[in-house]
Amino acid sequence: MDKTWNNKAWFLVLPVLVLVAFSAVIPLMTVVNYSVQDTFGNNVFFWAGTEWFEDLLHSSRFWEAMVRNLIFSFIILAIEVPLGIFIALNMPKKGWGVPVCLVLMALPLLVPWNVVGTIWQVFGRNDIGLLGYYVNALGIDYNYVQDPFDAWITVIIMDVWHWTSLVVLLCYAGLVSIPDAFYQAAKIDGASRWAVFRYIQLPKMQRVLLIAVLLRFMDSFMIYTEPFVVTGGGPGNSTTFLSIDLVKTALGQFDLGPAAAMSLVYFLIILLLSWVFYTVMTNYDAER
Amino acid sequence: MNLNFSWMAWTWPTAAFFIVIALMLVGMGVWEYVSPGGNPRVGVLRFETTRGDRLFVSLLGSAFIHLAWLGLVGPNLWWALALSVIYAVGVFRYV
Repeated sequence: MDKTWNNKAWFLVLPVLVLVAFSAVIPLMTVVNYSVQDTFGNNVFFWAGTEWFEDLLHSSRFWEAMVRNLIFSFIILAIEVPLGIFIALNMPKKGWGVPVCLVLMALPLLVPWNVVGTIWQVFGRNDIGLLGYYVNALGIDYNYVQDPFDAWITVIIMDVWHWTSLVVLLCYAGLVSIPDAFYQAAKIDGASRWAVFRYIQLPKMQRVLLIAVLLRFMDSFMIYTEPFVVTGGGPGNSTTFLSIDLVKTALGQFDLGPAAAMSLVYFLIILLLSWVFYTVMTNYDAER
Repeated sequence: MNLNFSWMAWTWPTAAFFIVIALMLVGMGVWEYVSPGGNPRVGVLRFETTRGDRLFVSLLGSAFIHLAWLGLVGPNLWWALALSVIYAVGVFRYV
């Protein structure tokens, strides 16, 4: 039987197309236009060609922010993914503990980014903050305002506190979807706790873990609000990540051309990484 | 209603860039109409790609070729464009 083609259904996509055009395509086109021009405001623009891109690619400030961002993403993935798996494995699977744990895990995710930043900014202060005061009382010299290492530790712990729950909830969803028959078969075979994790739980969690890694990588690579509120990118430039650098250039210095060039390079990197993750995920599905 | 798009700061080179992208998409649409199904196949990357995937990989790769040329060689991007075309032909042929 021949397929019935009904192209009228395409009209149903029109609202989405209009929405995407106004929220993404038109702003992106404008950024491309800005990236090859210079302006001093008042809608007056001067042609600059590829100058901003050349400056950016030779700018140590940009590459340092990029390296900082990559290191930050790597560290938080290295902490949040194993920690999230560990917590999910140890959460109750039935009984009253399930809703309690789920609500507790969901709480940090409900706190807005700027509030998280403010909480940790106060929490880490060594004069009035609970964390800062007691860490110093233990004899450890901790001051995130002056010491780059302390600033990094604070930003990383803050991110782990805020986002590990997401990994936990995703892993937990993967774990509870494993039928009991798998565990019963493992028990009959006399499988160790490690073998159950390695050959049953981990493979069953693989898909949700990929999603968790994708989400956490993207989010950490675009991180702005929390470190901006806590450290403002300092001390010096030690916690200036790409997005903070971008906002400083665009809004602090009003250098719209260089900021647009930086946005485009940033966008291309995100696009490449998203495509890699998407390809890995879809091919994993296809192989299954 | 007076629509004012001066804030978008259009220039002829950037307009030409977007027109070329739009024409490519229209071309892909026509290609799909003539030969439906997206021509999926497994190439050198060892996973299935359609024509749309190959166009995406070509455009994304071309953007990075241009950036690399700009950063490592210089502002004359005609060679980068030629390299990108060769790269795109390679992607459509082997990926």
